[in-house]
Amino acid sequence: MLEIKDIYAKAGDKEILKNLNLSVKPGEVHAIMGPNGSGKSTMGNLLAGMPHVTATSGSVTYQGKDLLQMEPEDRAAEGVFLAFQYPVEIPGVNNMYFLRTAYNAQRKHRGEENLDSASFLRMVKEKIKQLHMSDDLLKRPVNVGFSGGEKKRNEVFQMAVLEPNLAIMDETDSGLDIDALRVVADGVNQLRSPDRSFVIITHYQRLLDYIEPDFVHVLVDGQIVKSGTKKLALELEEQGYGWLED
Amino acid sequence: MSELNTNVVENQLVKERASQRYKDGFVTDIESVTIPPGLNEDTIRLISKKKKEPEWLLEYRLNAYRHWLTMPTPDWAKLNVPEIDFQAISYYSSPQTKAENAPKSLDEVDPRILETYEKLGVPLHERERLAGVVAVDAVFDSVSVGTTFRKELAEVGVIFCSFSEAVQDHPEIVKKYLSTVVSARDNYFAALNAAVFSDGSFVYIPEGVRCPMELSTYFRINANHTGQFERTLIVAEAGSHVSYLEGCTAPMRDENQLHAAVVELVAMDDATIKYSTVQNWYPGDENGKGGIYNFVTKRGNCLGRNSKISWTQVETGSAITWKYPSCILRGDNSSGEFYSVALTNNYQQADTGTKMIHIGENTKSTIISKGISVGKSQNSYRGIVRVAKSADNARNFSQCDSLLIGKECGAHTFPYTESANMTATLEHEATTSKISDDQMNYCLQRGIPEEEAISLIVDGFCKQVFKELPMEFAVEAKALLDVSLEGAIG
Repeated sequence: MLEIKDIYAKAGDKEILKNLNLSVKPGEVHAIMGPNGSGKSTMGNLLAGMPHVTATSGSVTYQGKDLLQMEPEDRAAEGVFLAFQYPVEIPGVNNMYFLRTAYNAQRKHRGEENLDSASFLRMVKEKIKQLHMSDDLLKRPVNVGFSGGEKKRNEVFQMAVLEPNLAIMDETDSGLDIDALRVVADGVNQLRSPDRSFVIITHYQRLLDYIEPDFVHVLVDGQIVKSGTKKLALELEEQGYGWLED
Repeated sequence: MSELNTNVVENQLVKERASQRYKDGFVTDIESVTIPPGLNEDTIRLISKKKKEPEWLLEYRLNAYRHWLTMPTPDWAKLNVPEIDFQAISYYSSPQTKAENAPKSLDEVDPRILETYEKLGVPLHERERLAGVVAVDAVFDSVSVGTTFRKELAEVGVIFCSFSEAVQDHPEIVKKYLSTVVSARDNYFAALNAAVFSDGSFVYIPEGVRCPMELSTYFRINANHTGQFERTLIVAEAGSHVSYLEGCTAPMRDENQLHAAVVELVAMDDATIKYSTVQNWYPGDENGKGGIYNFVTKRGNCLGRNSKISWTQVETGSAITWKYPSCILRGDNSSGEFYSVALTNNYQQADTGTKMIHIGENTKSTIISKGISVGKSQNSYRGIVRVAKSADNARNFSQCDSLLIGKECGAHTFPYTESANMTATLEHEATTSKISDDQMNYCLQRGIPEEEAISLIVDGFCKQVFKELPMEFAVEAKALLDVSLEGAIG
């Protein structure tokens, strides 16, 4: 699915990722943990093709293709989804209209016909029900006036509709109360499948109580310094990151 | 129709519309009778004679002309207006078939003209249209070539005809209201219009009548070296209601053509007039060559108690736009609204806004202006809210937002308020923004390509205004914005 090899990357002018390596197979859930400023978000942004992050060396292969050569919208259409740490407000554009534009743009990229409006509406309503979210999310302008929790839920909802192959979740749990956390985790768990992989960036072990990862990696100063299973997350919870930094 | 279905229909129409840059820029090949260029009293007598006008109207024209000669050209707008040679313009042009005898019915209109309107998406037949029936008055250069659904409208007492016909058939109404809202001396271009106006629409809604369909006028400039000087008058008697739409297009030419119109609205007690414009005059090419100079005076008088006048405009065309649809809130509890989207691209210039003059008690006005500047264009909002001493408890809310796309364009806001009454409540909000990188990245990450993302964000920016438009017009407006935004990204 995803092969990150010897990546060095800059955010703006600053070198953030230094020799990052990660391999993700279909169906796997990888949690990326690490202290502030260790490069977790930069990694997510690099994969999504956000323009302020540039790789200076190394390679990223996604489904056999050179991901770094692809435009961000093409990556999206090929199944890369980034749940943003700070979802952006777009005034005046209702969520459903936004999502349908995205959905059909992705279909177009794949050479598929637009989904007709009735089928789209049915599909969207079904998804929102499964996620135990309220219908009125559809009618409101994209993220405008949403609480922190609503914004994060909206990211999960969009992910459910767009059905990516590789979902990168950038601190989707931060700022959530326990109920919102459950809704978000439940959404992710429903989407887990043998063909879909997740990279979950988080500060806290508590999300991993709800989303059980296959692997946990610790990112310090732009590279993965330790990898393990869920047990590693629990150790981090107890001991902090200090023992891994030198 | 559900919101979703509506969106789909919209999208299809938008795509069709957006496929060409200025698709209305064609010329209809038709013989026309155009009087020689030049402006003097004889020109005015000739126009008046062609229209078989009564003496009082000729006098009105001549007085306006004599006053116009004494007036300086206005220079207060933030516009760079090249000097206009008024002697080089022809002031009257009509398709030949129409020259002497007006066609009695649509069947007699030259098929080439019918075809022109068909091509513009404004069919002049009376077949019912899917999204509701709209009656159309079609103005081609200096004359009205036909008005649809007149019979149906006449059954409820609504008069909808060309201004010239109104002068012949309803002189008492024309005489009573002409220039009561915009005087022949009001401003330079209004005075010029009063002197040389040719055709336009006339609407009269009798007491208590809710006009059963949308009324619209479609203005088309076809002939070259001509100006269009139309005049529209809408009178809504007590308790009546009317929604009126206007659209405008012109061929693509290297020359600049002048369009100087006057629109007067009068609303009596409890009457409502909703006036919507989608202005798509040829804007000139990407180097700023050619395009229409659009110098228009539009004003409504809320004469009666509880009367209401609402202006909605979407301005995407013209090389230069100078236009301030305004409301005089004379009747107690009357209200005025101004909803505007003005988009400028390339070298276009727009100085547009409104005046809300509060005179009656408890009068209320709302101003929502959205300016979008692209390319090397300059876009200004200019507005005034004036509260007279008599206007106890007057209220105004103004919101002026500007969106800049690119680095070489400009957005300017000139809001003026003058209040002579302590009980007035005036609120003003203004923002200037750019499409943020964050918004763009968010759209891209969801798979929406850049051009579509800009269109989506701009559409959202204009939402407050678009929702005031009748659905068909909203579709047209959105499509026009998409076309006008082409090339917005380098």
